Amino acid sequence: MEYEAIIGLETHVQLKTKSKIWCGCANEFGAPPNTNVCPVCLGMPGVLPVANEEALRLTILTGLLLNSTIPRYAKFDRKNYFYPDMPKNYQVTQFDKPSTVGGFVEFEFNGGTSRINLTRAHLEEDVGKNFHFDRNSGVDFNRAGVPLLEIISEPEITSSDMAYEYLNALKDILIYGGVSDCDMEKGMVRCDVNVSIRPKGQKELGKKIEIKNMNSFSGVRNALNYEIPRQIEVLTKGGQHHQETRRWDDVGGITETMRSKEMAHDYRYFPEPDLMPFEPTDAWLAEIKTRVVELPLAKKQRFIKDYQLPPADAQAFVWDVPLGSYFESVAKKSKNPKAVANWVINNLRAKLAENGGSLADLKFKPEHLVELIELVDGKKISSAAAQQVFAEMFTSGEAPALIVEKKGLAQVSDTGAIEKFCDEVIAANPKPSADFKAGNAGALNFLKGQVMKLSKGKANPGVVGEILEKKLKS
Amino acid sequence: MLNQLTISELTKKLAQREVSARETMQSCLDQIAKVDGKIHAFISHDAADALQQADAADKELTAGVKKPLLGVPIAIKDVIAVKDQPLNCGSKILGKFISPYNATVIEKLKDAGAIIFGRLNMDEFAMGSSTENSAFGVTRNPWDTTRIPGGSSGGSAAAVSADECIASLGTDTGGSIRQPAALCGCVGMKPTYGRVSRYGLVAFASSLDQVGPFTKDVRDSALMLSAISGHDVKDSTSIPHPVPNYAAALNGNVKGLKLGLAKEYMVGGLDPQVSAALQAAVKQYEKLGAEIVEISLPHTEYAVATYYIVATAEASANLARFDGIRYCDRVPGNDPIELYSKTRGHGFGPEVKRRIILGTYVLSSGYYDAYYLRAQKVRTLIRRDFLNAFEKVDAILTPTSPTAAFKIGEKTGDPLQMYLSDIFTISCNLAGICGISFQGGFTENPKLPIGLQLLGKPFGEETMLKLAHAYEQSTAWHKEKPTI
Repeated sequence: MEYEAIIGLETHVQLKTKSKIWCGCANEFGAPPNTNVCPVCLGMPGVLPVANEEALRLTILTGLLLNSTIPRYAKFDRKNYFYPDMPKNYQVTQFDKPSTVGGFVEFEFNGGTSRINLTRAHLEEDVGKNFHFDRNSGVDFNRAGVPLLEIISEPEITSSDMAYEYLNALKDILIYGGVSDCDMEKGMVRCDVNVSIRPKGQKELGKKIEIKNMNSFSGVRNALNYEIPRQIEVLTKGGQHHQETRRWDDVGGITETMRSKEMAHDYRYFPEPDLMPFEPTDAWLAEIKTRVVELPLAKKQRFIKDYQLPPADAQAFVWDVPLGSYFESVAKKSKNPKAVANWVINNLRAKLAENGGSLADLKFKPEHLVELIELVDGKKISSAAAQQVFAEMFTSGEAPALIVEKKGLAQVSDTGAIEKFCDEVIAANPKPSADFKAGNAGALNFLKGQVMKLSKGKANPGVVGEILEKKLKS
Repeated sequence: MLNQLTISELTKKLAQREVSARETMQSCLDQIAKVDGKIHAFISHDAADALQQADAADKELTAGVKKPLLGVPIAIKDVIAVKDQPLNCGSKILGKFISPYNATVIEKLKDAGAIIFGRLNMDEFAMGSSTENSAFGVTRNPWDTTRIPGGSSGGSAAAVSADECIASLGTDTGGSIRQPAALCGCVGMKPTYGRVSRYGLVAFASSLDQVGPFTKDVRDSALMLSAISGHDVKDSTSIPHPVPNYAAALNGNVKGLKLGLAKEYMVGGLDPQVSAALQAAVKQYEKLGAEIVEISLPHTEYAVATYYIVATAEASANLARFDGIRYCDRVPGNDPIELYSKTRGHGFGPEVKRRIILGTYVLSSGYYDAYYLRAQKVRTLIRRDFLNAFEKVDAILTPTSPTAAFKIGEKTGDPLQMYLSDIFTISCNLAGICGISFQGGFTENPKLPIGLQLLGKPFGEETMLKLAHAYEQSTAWHKEKPTI
């Protein structure tokens, strides 16, 4: 029998706020243990939470970026369980009324575009971190109370590679939208994986197995590459699955049972009485809408379509947002956006890297680049001369036409002058001329090069070719 | 005897430099030394710190600084955080815990110039109606030391009644201010939910808890309320409603005000002497020009059950943090679960354990809908009962407690009987309205205080205080003192 895997992902993402979700302590990675703490995030007796408005804004912004519905009523709930890293032994989260509902993530996969629907995204507080030493253990509460968004996908992912691409696409969107830095090294993204298998064609889902606390996307892929065949093998051997939670052992490359369904927590959710329900107003939502940016995939597809860019160029602009914005500002003014992309990626980016400058400090104006491309396209200057003009324009900020005139770089299309150069070259190079006449077409390029050299790059290469051929064939 | 003065009497004398804050503080300390061995209202008090604060107040008084409570000694229930002072909540689980911060009410009282001193005894984590559930021993009723002072703020009531302080703070989740005030013969008020910040009040049931004052008369209650009320950015459930000068409303004129009597409160089990006191008060109010109207609060019979579901559910989560990891008296274990069990098993008393178990149960998967969700719905109905009644009346008059103070040990074997002593006070917290208990007379043989309760509209404290004050001033009950 053939089996298929059904995968759902729960992705926890730390939001990029200055302070924690319920108190004024810094949301900052890497501080000495228990220095970014106060009575509130330590869960001291008598303290109360006050919601960080920016965390609420970033949650809604995420919903907008992920095409979700934003309910007009959301609330916080307490999720009860005991663990040493939990200051209150309950986690404040959103249970049945989350801040965003539905939505989807689209990404390139297997040569096409895939869409994975989302169940919801809800806001909650991060917990502290346990450390185990030789003789005792300790907890660092710096992380406790960092705003955490849990984004839950529908069980629609069908392979480990697809899970990997989904996670990367999600990460790109969140970084792009300024919602999170998604720094995996700093634990800003963590993942729980739900996976089940079923005979292909069967509608009903198999028994769900959860793999907890994955902290890298490749770990998710590796775990699934282990777990899916493992589950299939159990079924093929006539065995059965039971709902359980497993742990991924990165070193051993295996998953192992953590707890069975019988030992599953009863979280006893109930509404958090210390916080008021969250009911966003129109004006508040409108302000967040102004922060919505174009998604990476949409931007890439638009650049390919609107500016006829090759996918690699479009992707380059998606990764480098300022460079992409600069490109677009120039491309809109140019008749040849593809050439703009070439100049920006191959020349401008290199020059900036070389000189350590930034786009904001460019000496030349966007119009100058447009003009330069027009000079080339109008055959007013050769592409070799254009390189010189660009270098000069980058340093001085002068207009290309001025540079061309000053340096005498205008392309010569005057056949009289070119004929003179050609005669000289043919006379000086009898062997290649003879070779060409004997049928060696490649020899013409050498001669062409010599003419260009003689003309100091100003001769129109097309005209040079025509004249050389005419002269040699006659 | 300076310790016997009310806030309004004392502040006048202090402002005129007739007396000093130090003398006042000292007279309270002397009274504690004299009677607290019998009463045990205080778990602890820091006399040196109190006198130091008194000296600072005297300096300000001499300099002519004007603050509403400048130099007034106010004692605090052991569930409210005072920086650098012990915070035990009447429990042994917190061990030697010292609060690293001030509750907002403490900041406000300090801003008003008060001297903050002492940790007042209480039922462990405010769970109880008799102050018998304290890890620090029983508090006794100043009127009869074989009897309970009420609870959970028994220490706060007894300390005011025994003149060990000028006023005190307590907390009220289901009657924990009003019932002990009634049983000890002083004035206790539970403000409208959201009127006073809960920041720094160690939560028992977050949606029901409020901080409120114990005072020697109604005017002092108004003065205290003005000092501690107001919106707090640290408490999302505090409401940005302006704070009036409550004392200004006490003009004695209650003509035309309508007082409701709920037919559902005319229940069996009501002590005849308490009933007689209520009837006398009705007559007195009519004499003062108020109109008496019969009202109905149809969901009253469900209040106790609803309360013990909502309150215990919230408590089960609120008390989870006392686990021996960051603070508390840790009892070691081989793994975290064993450490938790041993720490909590050793640190919590039986009533607290009973309520944590009950609260955990009503939130459990499969029971949530039948208990917690149902209770929340009934809670809405109870609130609606009151809002409907307040369309017809300005306040509702009830006894505070069905009986006067009972004997120590009398009800400890029967928790349900103990819970039922809260029937008149519990609905007020479920509905989120305000309530006040004030002196309504005494029983005979033995002579024990009887408390009357007024329940007011949400943010209707002014009218409620005005009505309580008018009655109080037309009687002399509040002037009587216990002989200890």
